[in-house]
Amino acid sequence: MTMKKFAIELTDIDKRFGAVHANNKVCLQVTEGNIHGIIGENGAGKSTLMSILYGFYQADAGQIDVLGNTYIFTDSHHAIAAGIGMVHQHFMLVENFTVLENVILGTEGGALLAHGLAAARKELTRLGEEYGLKVDLDATIDTLSVGLQQRVEILKALYKGAKILILDEPTGVLTPQETAELFRIFSTLKQQGVTIMLITHKLREIMSITDQVSVMRAGQMVAHRNTCDTDREELAELMVGRKVLLSVDKGAANVRAPLMRVSRLTVVDSQGVERLKDVSFELRAGEVLGVAGVSGNGQTELLEALAGIIPITQGHIEVLGMEMDDKHPLTPDILRGLGLAHVPEDRHRMGLITDFSASESALLGYHTDANINSGVWLSKAKVDANCQQLMQAFDVRPADPQLKSANFSGGNQQKLILAREMERNPEVLLIGQPTRGVDIGAIEFIHQRIIAMRDAGKAVLLVSVELEEIMSVSDRIIVLCDGAISGRINAEDADERTLGMMMANALDPIDPLQAMNDAKSSSNRTAQELDL
Amino acid sequence: MKLNKLTMAIAAGAVSLTVSVAQADVNPAVVYDKAGKFDKSFNEAVYNGVKRFTADTGISVREVEPTNDAQVEQGLKKLAKRGSSPIVAVGFSQANAVSAAAQAYPDSKFTLIDMVVPEANVQNVVFRAQEGSFLVGALAAMKSETGTVGYIGAMDIPLLAVFGCGYEQGAKHINANINVLHSFIGSTGAAFANPSKGGEVARSQFESGADVVFAAAGSSGVGVIQTAADMGKLAIGVDSNQNYLQPGTVLTSMVKRVGEAAYQSYAAEQNGTWKPGFVSMGLAEGGVDWALDEHNRGLVTADMEAKVNALKAAIIAGELSVHDYMSDNTCNY
Amino acid sequence: MNRENRITWINRLLLPVLNVLTAFAVTAVVFWLIDVNPLEAAEILLYGAFGYEEGIGYTIYYTTNFIFTGLAVAVAFHAGLFNIGGEGQAYIGGLGAGLAIFMLDPTLGAWLFIPASIIGALLFGALWALIPAYLQAYRGSHIVITTIMFNFLAASLMVYLMVHVLREMGQMTPQSELFPTNAWMPFVHDVAAGMGYSIEASPLNLSVLLALVCAVAVWFFLWQTRWGYAIRATGKNSTAAVYGGIKPKRVIIVAMCISGALAGLVSINELVGYQHRLVMDFHLGYGFGGIAVALMGRNHPVGIIVAALLFGTLYQGGAELAFEMSGVSRDIVVVMQGLVILFCGALEYMYRPWLIRTLAPVAQQISAAGVTV
Repeated sequence: MTMKKFAIELTDIDKRFGAVHANNKVCLQVTEGNIHGIIGENGAGKSTLMSILYGFYQADAGQIDVLGNTYIFTDSHHAIAAGIGMVHQHFMLVENFTVLENVILGTEGGALLAHGLAAARKELTRLGEEYGLKVDLDATIDTLSVGLQQRVEILKALYKGAKILILDEPTGVLTPQETAELFRIFSTLKQQGVTIMLITHKLREIMSITDQVSVMRAGQMVAHRNTCDTDREELAELMVGRKVLLSVDKGAANVRAPLMRVSRLTVVDSQGVERLKDVSFELRAGEVLGVAGVSGNGQTELLEALAGIIPITQGHIEVLGMEMDDKHPLTPDILRGLGLAHVPEDRHRMGLITDFSASESALLGYHTDANINSGVWLSKAKVDANCQQLMQAFDVRPADPQLKSANFSGGNQQKLILAREMERNPEVLLIGQPTRGVDIGAIEFIHQRIIAMRDAGKAVLLVSVELEEIMSVSDRIIVLCDGAISGRINAEDADERTLGMMMANALDPIDPLQAMNDAKSSSNRTAQELDL
Repeated sequence: MKLNKLTMAIAAGAVSLTVSVAQADVNPAVVYDKAGKFDKSFNEAVYNGVKRFTADTGISVREVEPTNDAQVEQGLKKLAKRGSSPIVAVGFSQANAVSAAAQAYPDSKFTLIDMVVPEANVQNVVFRAQEGSFLVGALAAMKSETGTVGYIGAMDIPLLAVFGCGYEQGAKHINANINVLHSFIGSTGAAFANPSKGGEVARSQFESGADVVFAAAGSSGVGVIQTAADMGKLAIGVDSNQNYLQPGTVLTSMVKRVGEAAYQSYAAEQNGTWKPGFVSMGLAEGGVDWALDEHNRGLVTADMEAKVNALKAAIIAGELSVHDYMSDNTCNY
Repeated sequence: MNRENRITWINRLLLPVLNVLTAFAVTAVVFWLIDVNPLEAAEILLYGAFGYEEGIGYTIYYTTNFIFTGLAVAVAFHAGLFNIGGEGQAYIGGLGAGLAIFMLDPTLGAWLFIPASIIGALLFGALWALIPAYLQAYRGSHIVITTIMFNFLAASLMVYLMVHVLREMGQMTPQSELFPTNAWMPFVHDVAAGMGYSIEASPLNLSVLLALVCAVAVWFFLWQTRWGYAIRATGKNSTAAVYGGIKPKRVIIVAMCISGALAGLVSINELVGYQHRLVMDFHLGYGFGGIAVALMGRNHPVGIIVAALLFGTLYQGGAELAFEMSGVSRDIVVVMQGLVILFCGALEYMYRPWLIRTLAPVAQQISAAGVTV
């Protein structure tokens, strides 16, 4: 058993994009039947490597062997034929098709569907039993939870004959419970002889599930380790190239008066769906209030309502001496003027304008500032100087104000936004997913800056789907579930299990008795919270 | 194409050998309206006259099809500069341009159709469309059983109001109580080339009780005629003789011989009789008329024919005067 | 030169040139098919557009119209709005210019008339764009639908006014009486004669300077002011703009009014500069042509001027071609324009992957050389 052959063997893979050397003589050996982790910072070359392996790109040089045969992939069909299956970060499913229809998409087997469907149903039932991948084949995709959709993607790959599964950041959208379930599936697949390549930046997952791990940095493969022989600190250091502090170093909070008071906030969206239900809390100077929850449970709406971007349906918000409610909205520019800064969750959708130069993106929200305008003229020199200064303060690279925003790495885009919002010294900072897609080295820096804001007596509201981040940075935590607050806890009392339970409330079907109790206790709770 | 050119060249050569000895050299040209020469209506009627002139004499006519106002003047001037004469300018919209070109090239001769400019080297050909319209209006009133007839103009401009006003007078002359509907197809030049919209407007008139409809709307009139055929009603054609389009449906056509005007202008130059000034073509000159042929014979009784011809004679003799809408911009007669 | 610069350079310069050349090549094939010698046709076209003073005058005269409408489309486009209503805005702009002139005492000087007619054209053009803008901003009616409907409304309104209200007495043509000579935008050949130069007469008038001033003003407004910033931010990413405190409704109104005002200036060139009276349908073709011009010009004033010149050349050179060659009908000009629009618009990026692939090694050598030097 020790002399297993290699499922995948990559030799001296080289790929350039213009001046960027994305993969520099990369070698990788993945043992058949193992779970092999690949880690590295953004831009380290992981995605390029996987795209070459899956036939999206062709390598400039190097050799690919799959299960002992040498291949040249020019198309993903070649990779599929060789036994490679890929589960992308963003699922490739047709929402209004059933599971069965999605699985056979592209392999219908003839013009008439009925025959292909029947054969596929039989095969999928067998696969489902063999690998423990239970899913209702006749359910349409949009009725399935994210975890189940991912399961469909895995089934699809197996149905197409994959012996090697590549998963790109598979846990980014899952709850802790769903993640545990996914890892259970990995174990079953491994027992059945499937090889799994797991691309992630979560060191904890690497440590808990993989057999081997390879680390990439700056286009090169810098280390291969057996997982049992390494630890998180070593991996982090290998990724970044220097020692990294994984835990946040912070002192006790010096909490002062509330700067924002949210009372019974309800938000109904344009489709008539209630996105936030009766949410009440206080945000005080000198603290970080964490908002935990599975993505899509009202965090986005909470941030946007507080920032004046979407209208409030009911309730009211007191912020920095002003009040707003459904009749008296405050616009983002007024709130910004009061000293409320907002780092949005999605930097591409909202945080910056990817087609603009960095200096213009660094102006978003502040383009009417008297310091930058002289008369009608938007002074280009001052705009550039402003950007230069922000870039310096937050170590944005490359420090080129003329470079298009889209051409910065995710971490540097995020630092530019953080710099823009934090350098003006706001009183209240709303911050969503500050480290999503950001490298470990930058995460450390961003966390330090958030704590520095808190210690300077500012109020910070931190929304994140990363429980580790919520627990380490926050002082108090509230949990959002289906738009309502499903739990409140002090950070020092919180652990992953407790928070996971609070977050998961929404995922279970609502038990009528439980719901009645919830309603009762929440009305009691609201009264208590108001005098927090 | 090449063969065509060749034949033309040979023909032209033959003509220059034989005909040109007797007749003056002419170098005729035409500038069409912005609608282009193949508009199935007004411009095409001129084009047919031009074609006929070339066929009869072997002299080719230089043609210009402008696409905007600037090109109209540009084309006229350029033709004048190259020595073309007479230059026929088709349509009322060329008036300003003809005026400018005539001033710039006082030695060139221009013939303007459907409009008048007071220049010493311009012949202005206008048609008394009200006279022909009066006749077809009278015929419509004789034929109508419902006591309602209709007029459809392409757009609401004075030139077309002349048709409508003459038509109404003719109808009222026969039956003072007759109801005359007036409609327009559109408000831009496109209304002259929209048969389906023409059909819709006709349908609404038929549904309002009209049983004979007269359309002065270029190729949109084809849609009017089609709708009349579909609904078993009657229509009256315009400009060209359109009786053949739907035999049994087209009661008659108000013929406006614009091609004749172009032809006459060239021929006059050839004979040395071309004169500037004002040429008004009505019933008397054969410029307008009503059409009776084998296609509408069955619709027009001998009695009706006699009555219409009597009216025609009366107008020619000056015993019956038809009001010209453009003389005072009203239709009070 | 890095990868980004190289792609920008390819996008901005090389691609449009290649696309236009392709369009001409296909046109040449069309000419060949209808028995017209393409080379001879090209010679006539270029000579007609640039070969003599009058031809140049016409070319620039048409170009002026396309600059106005191209800029109009571009300003709206930067706000993420597709203004198809340039035709109607130009038409109603003409009404504004005409009314301004008729309202003033004809004995007044040109210094009053010309600014007044410009302001009239700007205001009326803006007003005609304001209504669709309002409907988009506050009622959610799609701007493409409303602006195109407003083209028809403008045509109907103008027919009514020209026929019943503004028509010169005793005139069959629906056109107003002549503007007082004081109100005429001076012809370039007259200005030149005043300075002692004699050039051939053409419709070219000083409106071309106004067009160039507008191009500079649009550049300044869009890229050098906070309002332009707000417009561009909204156009690129309206969600981010809202986040940045920009009010999209206001941006829609402002951008559309500027767009309509620019389109309205077509009437200054056409009516105040050349025809010297209110006439019907003077605007036809320029509003829609402006869309193609803006598209080809990458919505940048410099590009728009170049693209407008191309369209002006096709207009004038094409007319010359139809005049000189009996086998070429005037519709061939439309075919050429159509091909240019097809290759520059619909097939804009056809050559891009190929170019990037072909030029990549070259550029790498250049950049490598740049590093070592």
